[in-house]
Amino acid sequence: MKRRTSRRQFLLAAGSAAAGIGLASVVQVKPARATPAEMQEAIRKVVGPARVTTGKVKLDLPPLVENGNTVPLAVSVASPMIAADHVRAIHVFTEKNPLPEVVSFRLGPRAGRASVATRIRLADTQTVVAVCELSDGSFWSGSADVVVTLAACLEEP
Amino acid sequence: MASALINVPARAGRGEIIEVKTLISHPMETGFRRSQLGALIPRDIIRLFVCTYNGTEVFRAELHPAIAANPFIVFSTVATESGTIAFRWTGDNGFSVAESAAITVG
Repeated sequence: MKRRTSRRQFLLAAGSAAAGIGLASVVQVKPARATPAEMQEAIRKVVGPARVTTGKVKLDLPPLVENGNTVPLAVSVASPMIAADHVRAIHVFTEKNPLPEVVSFRLGPRAGRASVATRIRLADTQTVVAVCELSDGSFWSGSADVVVTLAACLEEP
Repeated sequence: MASALINVPARAGRGEIIEVKTLISHPMETGFRRSQLGALIPRDIIRLFVCTYNGTEVFRAELHPAIAANPFIVFSTVATESGTIAFRWTGDNGFSVAESAAITVG
């Protein structure tokens, strides 16, 4: 007897093919995400061969964020800000935003106080890291964990 | 046209540390979002913010797409002499806005 494709077999085959196409397109439109390793790489790019010590940098971020599209961020560094000893730059990085870099501030002794603030976007619950460069060439870092309930970057315009 | 808001004290004592707040209207399009048709919306952000005090650069910020729309930047500087504090924002698609504020030190 000649074997014919039954309706059940046909539907199964068609269904799995459609699922395969759907899966492929999901993979394709998935937004780019940085990883903690990429953040370390980005930090390395800024710092170079120098060693980064934890301390001196204080990150002020709300621990629980309802809307990741605007998150208030304040960074301050314990420094006298005099010509002999001041903060040269403050860099902010994130683990899971599409790009690990967030902002780089360049200061000098004319700043008077090593304290800056801005508003950032956060794509996910993650750790935010700030790295500061002192005038003696040393690097210090501080971090803050943030829980984000509504992520930035995902909504339709 | 973008509009900028600046908050600088009009007068300050010599050597006093003053806080400067700046806000500029800009969408800060990240370049990662898609339109409803699935096309990627091109990036359009402010890349650089520079503050000069009587011609000397005192502060600079390099911005990335992770800065929220309408960038708000707060920093401080030492009031050394009377004069003008100038601000400039530059970015993608030829974006460039300059603003300044006068300060009296005495």
